[in-house]
Amino acid sequence: MEKIQNRIIYDDAVISVDKLSKSFGDRQILRDVDLKLYRGENLVVLGRSGTGKSVLIKLISGLLKPDSGTINVLGEVVNELKERDLMKLRLKIGFSFQNSALYDSMTVRENLEFPLVRNKRNLTRAEINREVEDVLEGVGLLQAINQMPSELSGGQKKRIGIARTLILRPDIMLYDEPTAGLDPITCLDINTLINEVQERYQTSSIIITHDLACAKMVGDRMVMLLDGKFERQGTFAEIFDTDDDRVKPFYDYNFIV
Amino acid sequence: MGRKINNLLLEFASLHRFLMRFFRELVTPPYEFKEIIRQCYEVGWKSFPLIGLTGFIVGFVFTKQSRPSLEDFGATSWLPALISIAIVRALAPLVTALIASGKVGSQIGAELSSMNVTEQIDAMEVSGTNPFKYLVVTRVVATTIMIPVLCFYIAAIGLFGGYLSIIGQDQLSLLSFFTQVFDKIAFIDIFAMALRAIVFGFTIGFASCYIGYNSSKGTEGVGKAANSAVVASMFIVFIEELLIVQLLAVITPLIS
Ligand SMILES: Nc1ncnc2c1ncn2[C@@H]1O[C@H](COP(=O)(O)OP(=O)(O)OP(=O)(O)O)[C@@H](O)[C@H]1O
Ligand SMILES: [Mg+2]
Repeated sequence: MEKIQNRIIYDDAVISVDKLSKSFGDRQILRDVDLKLYRGENLVVLGRSGTGKSVLIKLISGLLKPDSGTINVLGEVVNELKERDLMKLRLKIGFSFQNSALYDSMTVRENLEFPLVRNKRNLTRAEINREVEDVLEGVGLLQAINQMPSELSGGQKKRIGIARTLILRPDIMLYDEPTAGLDPITCLDINTLINEVQERYQTSSIIITHDLACAKMVGDRMVMLLDGKFERQGTFAEIFDTDDDRVKPFYDYNFIV
Repeated sequence: MGRKINNLLLEFASLHRFLMRFFRELVTPPYEFKEIIRQCYEVGWKSFPLIGLTGFIVGFVFTKQSRPSLEDFGATSWLPALISIAIVRALAPLVTALIASGKVGSQIGAELSSMNVTEQIDAMEVSGTNPFKYLVVTRVVATTIMIPVLCFYIAAIGLFGGYLSIIGQDQLSLLSFFTQVFDKIAFIDIFAMALRAIVFGFTIGFASCYIGYNSSKGTEGVGKAANSAVVASMFIVFIEELLIVQLLAVITPLIS
């Protein structure tokens, strides 16, 4: 299942990370990492558990502060922005959390309304309802609109989580393991959704995963995080054209075993 | 040992940062009025039944138990005065604070820490809402407003419980009961009661939010946070009670 080719503008980097380092205590997670995300592109970040993939996108969205290096998002340096400007920038970045992070005291509708009501205060009730229903329809879960998050399955939560970030029409999407823990058919749905988002809203996305089928299906380009650095990057075939025994098992497990 | 002291100092530093941040976010717009009102409903309104029941029992039982010792002196007519002093000067704020530490403190601690564990706080932050303002400031403001309200309520119900206990054995009209009650308490007593309640309300909200908001990740963190929120709130309330009593002992003669 090959994805259709999108318009990617390779001389326009929406995210550009330079010499980024981050440690927790005396454990260095990222060392001098460089990364670029080009406009319109789906970039897949591969890597083992605990290598710091989630840390990387938390740094990008300003949830964590780097020890050194710069993170440039849409022309602004995230790690130097004032609180207020960071808030504004974040509206252009959608963040889909590894565990969905739905507000469990609110219904699905209220979850989706929350970013909308709070950031676009001049919308009418009818406009809000239309937006919410639109996005929910987009992820195929309109029927769940009045349910509580605790009544949804993992896959449904993921999709609602993605819908909640899409509602602000972000320029950039960060997906943290969108397919982890889901059955193959739901994975397929989510991958299709990620591609649809890319096409429909012209977003540029970083997709973190260790699911190679997902990587192959949604990624225009891939990078692999090894020992705190992006040592390999390129297309799917290029990444795995190696005898490196930190890389090969990834491929072998998914496609040979 | 050195490590322990170091950790303690770090804890104080982070507590201080949290406190400063609270006051900064409290005064800078946007203000979350709607959420404050919702939280007042959550912490205040929903506690009325429990607080009312406790107040009634405290007033009723306290009166019943005090009667025999007054009877020895043939002084049961002093009961209303005794009750009013006991309830307004000591019991009402303290009992309210203890009940609220248990009910509201654990609720806030568990709620915030579970939002922290499941990254709901992060999610709020990346979607353009300041979670500190929305979650912490609103709750602390709500407890600071509502604990005093609950305190006046518990005092009223407590006095009423005392009255019911008295008329079980003596003849006494409600009017003359309350005349005697208010005869014994001065403005400074009411003021002191309100002051205590405000301080306790702030303490419970602040301590529980601090613990919940900074809880360790992981599901066992939620239970631990709920528990520590109650223990810390109660502990600080007791210390404050001691300090306020000392303070009032100094101030009261100056005023009256
Ligand atoms: N806030 C934090 N404080 C301390 N250590 C942290 C923090 N966040 C992450 N870490 C550590 O950083 C390392 C990388 O974590 P991260 O969540 O980025 O892994 P990951 O690559 O996303 O793994 P997974 O695929 O399992 O999600 C982990 O060892 C984790 O313990
Ligand atoms: Mg992760």
